[in-house]
Amino acid sequence: MNRFAELLDRLAFEPSRHGKLRLLTDYFRHTGDPDRGYALAALTGALSFSNAKPALIRGLIAERVDPVLFALSYDYVGDLSETVALLWPASPRPADLARNSDAGALATIVETLNSAGRSELPRLIVAWLDQLDEKGRWALLKLITGGLRIGVSARLAKTALAALNGSDVNEIEDVWPGLSPPYLPLFAWLDGHGTKPAADNAVQFRTPMLAHAIEDKDFETLDPGDYSAEWKWDGIRVQVACGAGKDGRNLVRLYSRTGEDISAAFPDLVEAIHLSRLSDVCFDGELLIVLDGKVQPFGVLQQRLNRKTVSAKLMADYPPHVRAYDLLYENGEDLRPLPFSQRRARLEVCVRQAAAPWLDLSPQIAFADWPALAAARADPAAANAGDDALAVEGVMLKRCDSAYVPGRPKGLWWKWKRDPFVLDAVLMYAQRGHGKRSSYYSDYTFGLWRDGQSGDELVPVGKAYFGFTDEELKQLDRYVRDHTINRFGPVREVTATAKEGLVLEVAFEGVQRSTRHRSGVAMRFPRISRIRWDKPSRDADRLETLEKLIPV
Amino acid sequence: MVMASSLLVSAPEGLYCPTGDFFVDPVRPVRRALITHGHSDHARAGHGAVLATAETLGIMALRYGAQFAGTQQPVRLGEVLRIGEAEVSFHPAGHVLGSAQVAIGNTRERIVVSGDYKRAADPTCPPFEVVPCDIFITEATFGLPIFHHPDAGEEVGKLIASLRLFPERTHMVGAYTLGKAQRLMALIRQAGWDRPVYIHGAAEKITDFYIAHGIDLGEIRKVADAGKTKLPGEIVICPPTSLADAWSRRFADPVSCFASGWMRTRARARQRGVELPLVISDHADWPELTRTIMETGCREVWVTHGEGDALVHWAQTQGLKAMPLHMLGYGDEEEGGDQTEPAAET
Repeated sequence: MNRFAELLDRLAFEPSRHGKLRLLTDYFRHTGDPDRGYALAALTGALSFSNAKPALIRGLIAERVDPVLFALSYDYVGDLSETVALLWPASPRPADLARNSDAGALATIVETLNSAGRSELPRLIVAWLDQLDEKGRWALLKLITGGLRIGVSARLAKTALAALNGSDVNEIEDVWPGLSPPYLPLFAWLDGHGTKPAADNAVQFRTPMLAHAIEDKDFETLDPGDYSAEWKWDGIRVQVACGAGKDGRNLVRLYSRTGEDISAAFPDLVEAIHLSRLSDVCFDGELLIVLDGKVQPFGVLQQRLNRKTVSAKLMADYPPHVRAYDLLYENGEDLRPLPFSQRRARLEVCVRQAAAPWLDLSPQIAFADWPALAAARADPAAANAGDDALAVEGVMLKRCDSAYVPGRPKGLWWKWKRDPFVLDAVLMYAQRGHGKRSSYYSDYTFGLWRDGQSGDELVPVGKAYFGFTDEELKQLDRYVRDHTINRFGPVREVTATAKEGLVLEVAFEGVQRSTRHRSGVAMRFPRISRIRWDKPSRDADRLETLEKLIPV
Repeated sequence: MVMASSLLVSAPEGLYCPTGDFFVDPVRPVRRALITHGHSDHARAGHGAVLATAETLGIMALRYGAQFAGTQQPVRLGEVLRIGEAEVSFHPAGHVLGSAQVAIGNTRERIVVSGDYKRAADPTCPPFEVVPCDIFITEATFGLPIFHHPDAGEEVGKLIASLRLFPERTHMVGAYTLGKAQRLMALIRQAGWDRPVYIHGAAEKITDFYIAHGIDLGEIRKVADAGKTKLPGEIVICPPTSLADAWSRRFADPVSCFASGWMRTRARARQRGVELPLVISDHADWPELTRTIMETGCREVWVTHGEGDALVHWAQTQGLKAMPLHMLGYGDEEEGGDQTEPAAET
């Protein structure tokens, strides 16, 4: 446990990507099986214990620490594992688990967490926590609660892994879906005494290629003739994979952008894909809700997201649709090395042959130069987006000759998002944040003016917790502390009147009606774009201005 | 809950004693002020008359100039003075050189204003003294049970170990220029490090002041006098804000260290880009706060600033009356505010 805790601890404090890679590669090289495999699983988010859950940890600490003191501490620290690690009463006994020979300790813990029953787990976890030091407790609790939050992505861990034998990280991505902890065949191959594991999963997830946000200066160096453009749809990116399983039956999988299998949330779509007899293909597209031939705004799609089960009514009210934009695999052939223009041509044929109601092509936008594309982006309805313009959130640029490169390669794909809406709102409440921003007041609820019973009043319209710099965060934190007029548990109410208050310029992507918010509206993706220290609070915007932006 | 005492009330300027007509650590200029210690959030310029320990008066003169107040009166620790109807005495707080608690009493009750304090040993100032009282007015900068400051010597040991591991890199240690910086120098000497310790210009005057008061800090050199060397393998003590600014680029691949009680939580260290956090604080941690409250034998606790809610809750579970004062203006210079140094010193 020692080595693993030490690794997590050092990663958490290592600022540079290069330094993190060195720490990780070094760990994988000098740690034996199966410990390193379980560490890899923890780093890539592949571990999940059915009985060891955060609620169990909360229960254990509740038996040892006053609940009010725990709540205040957790609010400050912003991380459950760290809070519990710091609050756990120090054991009078020396730290056996930390000091003993370390080999196999992590594997023992992981295997025990996997196999132990619900009733015996608390006793085991308490015994470990009593034996470990603070760092060890933190690492153990991170392992149990999942989500390490130490600034290491699964991709980075795999990159460090690839460095073991100098292979390319994408080779690891390709074989990854067929592997499971503790990854013995993978390490055997990386160590040079085993063959490369086969990528034989018929419906495997293929790591998506991502785009960079384009900036004004980028256009100067780009030739419009090298690029093709299409709409950036305001849905969720999905990958559809169909193929024959070992028993010969056709399998269908729907993956999210991060590789999560979301098939269960869309049984109607999965059924439709089965019916369309697509097989042995894998393509990327946007999941949208299409009603009466019209793409619905994101807010409508949201009704169907993050659901474990789905009712017949939801399926009838919100029929899913896939708008395809890239073909990665077809009839045993990996198309990813081909240029985009060829993949696109193959995709067009594939979609046409499928002739399925749930599937269509994301149209391309003709443009001669950048000003022409800018005009299309400014008015998608007048270009070829037509009725679907409400679901367009910008344009995508793809180099015609670019291969499909997993990750976010430089200079091949660009996203050029629509300009955000902005409004001036007044800060009303603040709360401490989690993760990177924890212990500062960094969650801000802001409001707009409306007619009230006794003159103008502020009504909260949204919450934002990013968009500002670290320096601005400190200023905002100080402002909140100095202008608190009320405390409701962790929430602080700050002065917000026509005479005195802080105006925040809020940028957002859209707005829609909502029954969950007091103001009756919900903003999409709000963030603080500027702090208007200079602007009097009475001059902030009114609710009516926001309501006018709601699509009819 | 309204709590008040005939001896002391909370006013916007700070804690006020009506029977003696004076304030303790006022945040705005007042006619008569008693000052607990020299940090700029507690000791401000522009008062009519100031009563404080000689060291605190000396520190204020260093920072604000000799004429920082209309009149100055030094007080000895333990000496009892009568101001109006109140009896006043100062007692060591163990926070920084010159720091004191202020005890205010009459025939009926005694109130102690802690100022900032700690119970851990500090080679640069006399230890905290428990003063029995009816009402204890405490700080709570680290008033959450997650705050346990480890042994400062062990923390400095981490710094020395890192110097051995990276002898080619400068170790920049961010430390508040009054108190923390000098305590760190003394701790570094206790750990056996006998090379010169280099300091940022902002820490020079205060460090000289400590040395002039007979505190042995070993050989201290100014970075400004070090010439063109990048000081590989040396310790450089600087204000926390200098860790990330252009000033740090003159050193050899610097390791960014920060000596503060806030380094107890990872997020705080990561937010500041600190590679080697050293949990060393001049404030009481949770066990010290709770122990001190019990040892004073008080029946009421008022919390001036910091994480007051948890400490108030705890005190109430112990059967004490307790309330947070939520006083504004404290914690701006020291660890409470995590803020920049006063510009006057750079």
